[in-house]
Amino acid sequence: MPERPQDRVASPPATAPVSHGESIEAASLHLTNPELSWIRRYVFSTDHKWIGLQYGFTALCFLFFGFSLMLLMRLQLGWPGHAFALLKLLGESRAPGGVLLPEGYNQLGAMHGTIMVFLAIVPLGVGAFGNYLVPLQIGAPDMAFPKLNMFSYWCYFIGGVIMLSSFAAQGGTPASGWTSYVPLADIATRGQTYWLIGMVFLITSSLLGSINFIVTIVQLRAKGLSFMRLPFFVWAQFVTSFLLLLAFPPLESAAFLQLMDRLAHTSFFLPSGLVVSGEHLTNAGGGNPLLWQHLFWFLAHPEVYVLILPALGIVTEIIANNTRKPIWQHRWLIYSVLWIGFFSFIVWAHHMFITGMGTLISGFFQTTTMIISIPSVIILTVLVVTLWGGAIRFNTPMHFAVAFLPMFGLGGLTGLPLGLATTDLHLHDTYYVIAHFHYVVAPGTIFALFAGIYYWFPKITGRKLNEVLGRIHFWLSFIFINGVFLPMFLQGLAGVSRRLYDGGVQYAHAKAIAEATNPWISISAWCLAASQLPFIINFVWNVVAVIRDKRNAEDNPWQATTLEWAAATSPPLAHGNFAVLPVVYRGPYEYSSPEYPKSDFLPQNVDLHPAASPGGGMLAGTAVAQREA
Amino acid sequence: MTEQLVQPTASTDGMPLPATPERDEHTHGGVHDPNLHHSPEEIRREMRVYLVVFGALAALTALTVWACYGLRMPVHIAIAIALVIACTKGFLVAGFFMHLLSEKKLIYSILGLTVFFFAVLLWGPWHHFVDMIGK
Amino acid sequence: MEAHAEAHEHVLEIPYTVHPRPDTGVYNAKLGIWLFLASEVMLFGALFSAYILLRTGAPTWPRGWEFLNVPLATLNTFILIASSVTVVLAWSNLRLGNLKWGRIFMGLTLLFAIWFLVDKGIEYRHEFLEGRSPATNNFMAVYFTMTGLHGLHVLGGVIVFTYFLFPGAKMWKTDRARYTNRIEVAGLYWHFVDLVWIFLFPSLYLM
Repeated sequence: MPERPQDRVASPPATAPVSHGESIEAASLHLTNPELSWIRRYVFSTDHKWIGLQYGFTALCFLFFGFSLMLLMRLQLGWPGHAFALLKLLGESRAPGGVLLPEGYNQLGAMHGTIMVFLAIVPLGVGAFGNYLVPLQIGAPDMAFPKLNMFSYWCYFIGGVIMLSSFAAQGGTPASGWTSYVPLADIATRGQTYWLIGMVFLITSSLLGSINFIVTIVQLRAKGLSFMRLPFFVWAQFVTSFLLLLAFPPLESAAFLQLMDRLAHTSFFLPSGLVVSGEHLTNAGGGNPLLWQHLFWFLAHPEVYVLILPALGIVTEIIANNTRKPIWQHRWLIYSVLWIGFFSFIVWAHHMFITGMGTLISGFFQTTTMIISIPSVIILTVLVVTLWGGAIRFNTPMHFAVAFLPMFGLGGLTGLPLGLATTDLHLHDTYYVIAHFHYVVAPGTIFALFAGIYYWFPKITGRKLNEVLGRIHFWLSFIFINGVFLPMFLQGLAGVSRRLYDGGVQYAHAKAIAEATNPWISISAWCLAASQLPFIINFVWNVVAVIRDKRNAEDNPWQATTLEWAAATSPPLAHGNFAVLPVVYRGPYEYSSPEYPKSDFLPQNVDLHPAASPGGGMLAGTAVAQREA
Repeated sequence: MTEQLVQPTASTDGMPLPATPERDEHTHGGVHDPNLHHSPEEIRREMRVYLVVFGALAALTALTVWACYGLRMPVHIAIAIALVIACTKGFLVAGFFMHLLSEKKLIYSILGLTVFFFAVLLWGPWHHFVDMIGK
Repeated sequence: MEAHAEAHEHVLEIPYTVHPRPDTGVYNAKLGIWLFLASEVMLFGALFSAYILLRTGAPTWPRGWEFLNVPLATLNTFILIASSVTVVLAWSNLRLGNLKWGRIFMGLTLLFAIWFLVDKGIEYRHEFLEGRSPATNNFMAVYFTMTGLHGLHVLGGVIVFTYFLFPGAKMWKTDRARYTNRIEVAGLYWHFVDLVWIFLFPSLYLM
């Protein structure tokens, strides 16, 4: 009878045992190069690991801030018109006496969306995880352009500061949605100009970052690491970088055009004869509002794939590792992600079905949108089938990774009626859309990001996060996040429009369902906030322990095959990652490999047939060799 | 994507080899990189080509200005002439000055992809207004 | 301590900074600049797309020479093409090991670039004196925005070449091949700036 994977005894070419709880000499726990000055270590570092952490900390702050904005919005939506002490924080112009004004609500809405997409999720998925892990997973000493990497982070930081400073702007923050549709955005208050300038910095940061990622992945792969042997996480980052590279510039151009409209009084987007508050605008006219929508969505559709692809990469790594078997049909993942990347550029107008498009162009975009769902389904299927017959380890990262699958599935499937014009006519701009995209991004991407944090925390710090707190965090978040977004599908189907400051109660057709569901959604949202406490406590506690040099995990605690685990210490060497650059001999998911029956994992860099000589052998190039070097 | 494995060569102590690009320099790793010409004659020959291309570009510029502006061509003809000449000039600058004609497949494929998306970007918004409901 | 830190930093060798990777055939910065240029194609592409949309949707649209100075712009076109030749001649001379002629041609490139900007300044000033601005109509809006963004790219090139001609030229002594590569990469950027103008000039002035 063939041996099942779970029957194999795990006796891997493992790392040397490390005594738990004791401090290791300071040199091995330095997160940055101790030879440099304080400023060059922690502020203007060119080390991709530290830059990744900078992105991570900054983005997590933005994530919690954007989440807080939504919590305030949910107070209004759950109990429209009620005064809340917390809302007084927003100031008299937005919430006089603690009652949120419609203008204040619009500001919160636009900032929530902008912050979550551009300042939190993408910087986490790409800037933090990508920056930290890609050079390690390909066996490189750093990114191809370390100084450019540092510049990219600071551009992002400045863009974020500009966005946040709009809270103090005359007239308040941008309030025209994260989509900044014209003509409203053209004539909006000064805050909108902050949005545009902030976006220019953010886009510049992303562009330079994407160049760095692509050159690093193409040029700095270790010996023996062909494209087909790359971990799927790296493939996901590779395609994501192409999306950022080619799709962001049109939005940058569009932002310039909107800046010209607002500051130089051009009429790129302002049609002739526009009347605002009873008065004719005096601009030249002749502009086209739909031009903004086309240029915006040309980026913003690939942007949603930028939001999901790093998450798919993270989940794949964790699933392979915790099923102790190779990813089923791993090549299909690669072909699918390339397919998604290509098609993501030719589906954008499915966000614009209600703008009066003719049947030919509408048919084109419906077709491409339906087609792009195929590779997404393939990826999901591959991951689900991989679970079958696996020796599954249900640690905290695996909880989040497995939950990702049905959540992303639900999010993706609910996108189908939005991709077909006939059903989209009814659902566009309703809460159905909000539910759809939040399912993909919130219990989708954000869960994957949490999975990644729990999984890679020991690599970055040499400590594992606490499992009990992790599981509490997971279960509470899972329950409440569904409590927030599941009812929104029903609201949308009933016709409740989005961006209504009172949640729909002003409309007769929406009143009943809004009143029935909104309070529960708001309660769920606040409970979801409370559910993050176990994570915050867990994280802060362990970060403090790290600062005190207290390891509690070995170099490869998850017994993983990829280079960041098998060829680098935990944390990796501050200067150059590896004492000796690894050489790769096989693909990334050789778990339970028949070539090596002694263990259930065979790292990429282990040479099974070394040249017979002293100093050689199977552990050469692994983390053990580095620690003993 | 064809697998281009960079094969590890044998080491004396069994330890993995770090990347040592210097070893590949003079053999160009088997890949012919025209930008790594060591021969001064070849470089001087290229310089002469640049001057010829400059002459062509100058002539084409004069031609396009004369044809469109000098002759005050009607709009549609002017657009056609100007675009054809601009594409020719662009081809010369890209092909010779930027060495695209002798560049690697990697660069070509990235540019090909870009040109495709560029075309989509130019087509999309415009076509929306060609094919609108109610027109 | 500083010198020690510097020495340590220098030791972090990123492979393929100067010499190409065998299987891809390029060195890092070469790939990097082409990727950057690809993104620039999309940047200007969006502006061309906006131009096409606005023009085809407008009931009337002026011919370029009704508002703009075609002879001056034609001169500018020759200037920019000449600067493209001088930059590639600069790089060729550096490959021949000839720093003196390399710097002369780089200097000429810089002068041509500055001349281009001066001419553009004259053009803009003429428009303002005639009472025209981007707000006048969409033709002027497109003209100012597209030539303005292009002009910013020319200015970027001026800064880059000024750096390489003066402070940056020190690298010739310490790492000749890397310096030559940098000029090649800067030259590729400069040719792209020329390429955009090759399409922009007829689009705005001759159509």
